[in-house]
Amino acid sequence: MNDKQILMETKSLSKNFGNLAAVRDVSLQVYEGEIHAIIGPNGAGKTTFLNLLSGELPASSGALYFDGSEVTDWRPDRLARAGMGRSFQHSSVFEQLSVRENVRLAAQTQFPNSFGLFRPAESYADVGRRVEEVFGEVALEWSSGARAGEISHGEQRQLEIAMLLALSPKLMLLDEPTSGMSRNETLELIELLRRISERHTLVLVEHDMDVVFQLADRITVLVNGSVLASGPPAAVREDVAVRTAYLGTQ
Amino acid sequence: MRPVTIIAAIVVAAMLVAIPLFHNAFLTAHATRILIYVIFAMSLDLLVGYCGMVSLGHAAFFGIAAYTTALLSAKAGIANILIGLPLSMLAAAAGALVIGLLTLRTSGIYFIMATLAFAQMLHFLVNDSDFFGGSDGILLLTRFRASVGNTVLLDLGNATTRYYTALVATSVAFAGLALLVRSPFGRILQGLKSNEQRMRALGYPVARYKLGCFVIGGTLAGLAGHLYATLTSLADPSILDWLHSAQVLMMVIIGGLGTLIGSAIGAFLLIELIDQSAELTDHWKLIVGVVVIAVTMFGRGGLVGLASLLRTSVFGARASA
Repeated sequence: MNDKQILMETKSLSKNFGNLAAVRDVSLQVYEGEIHAIIGPNGAGKTTFLNLLSGELPASSGALYFDGSEVTDWRPDRLARAGMGRSFQHSSVFEQLSVRENVRLAAQTQFPNSFGLFRPAESYADVGRRVEEVFGEVALEWSSGARAGEISHGEQRQLEIAMLLALSPKLMLLDEPTSGMSRNETLELIELLRRISERHTLVLVEHDMDVVFQLADRITVLVNGSVLASGPPAAVREDVAVRTAYLGTQ
Repeated sequence: MRPVTIIAAIVVAAMLVAIPLFHNAFLTAHATRILIYVIFAMSLDLLVGYCGMVSLGHAAFFGIAAYTTALLSAKAGIANILIGLPLSMLAAAAGALVIGLLTLRTSGIYFIMATLAFAQMLHFLVNDSDFFGGSDGILLLTRFRASVGNTVLLDLGNATTRYYTALVATSVAFAGLALLVRSPFGRILQGLKSNEQRMRALGYPVARYKLGCFVIGGTLAGLAGHLYATLTSLADPSILDWLHSAQVLMMVIIGGLGTLIGSAIGAFLLIELIDQSAELTDHWKLIVGVVVIAVTMFGRGGLVGLASLLRTSVFGARASA
């Protein structure tokens, strides 16, 4: 895999909250086209790390590179425009708006000429086509007119992924995409992520080991904010330190 | 639109056009005042109802425009609406830009307090300075008109002309806002109200859109403020008071947030409620208070929400589709 391009890289990235070192000295590479899972016990700093990657939190020290530029100080909206799309641990959709409008708002960002003040939002044909494309790609049976706050939790999580797809991101950061999902929904989501990964690079924070070992090309284990192990699933599974620190407690 | 809505709109429009034909000076002036508050309330609804920015300082922009109008007249002898209107709206926009830049770093309760504080600062500035006429305010000695060269196009000395000017301004503001909230820009505002963090993660420069919304709302409040000054021939500190901001916020809440038409109805009803109850008793604020509490408690979507609730329960699910 080393012949692949590095899409994102962190160098000694750290985050302190007062005296608490939530993320310590994390250096890792995400290669183009891979699914990179980040696992670890509760409180290991996984979500904090993801928040550093997406710019939600400023890093205390270290550097972040994305798509050839140093982006350490970039804010979330700028990173998003540069091609980094993320989902949140608690499903984060526009509850008052329709399912379709949720995806449309995401798709709209890809068409800079679609920001008029007086033309109806629906009249922009290229945005509409992109929305239809995404609905086709996700292939989920939604009534797109329903309000996003009224569909089930599992559907909201799928909707979030549809919104990310509409951004055509270079990298998708997913924070526990299967949390709160039923077994069936999880299986459907694994299929969806597999399909998406054919054309996208994914970083996945996940606690469901079935999901991780089925999907990931590489796994990084975080414990107490530090990298304990990083590598292909088989190697990580064999790692004794990991087993005692984390997998053994499952 | 359903036929009922269209018929109702035609009837209301016809009534609005017909009001001066009654040759009732009080009625015409009263209706002009209501129209001005319809613009004011709709401009705040854009902020509160669509973008989720609850401002308690919206009267600042109304006041800036009214004082600009009065100063133009009193200090520079300019009483041409073609100059006064754009200048006072520009002044309101500039005020909104500055106050917006300073307050939009905050949100929620802090934003409410920050906007309130800035509006109160303006209130005390004009109240305590001779330049702005102190607590008496500034009287407009000449009536505004619209003129090009020596040709007078509109003479706002005429009450009927004032009414129709306000009616046209209200219609244009309503149509413009109705288009705006359906546009991509308007949708972005609604996304911001729903989930700001999500909007940022989608790549929207959130602060810029909120500021844009704040300035557009402030500019339209300026339109209302300018018309108000030309109607009453007065700009006094009470229009910058925070109670004035609270009043217009009540109009929006009573009518129903994020509906535009609700703000229009809310403006009409609150003015009527205040006027009628003030005639009944000195304790009219008690009556107004009880009504506002009742509407907010029992009809969470304001009167527009209450109406659609009634429609659904009377006609069943068919009507709600």
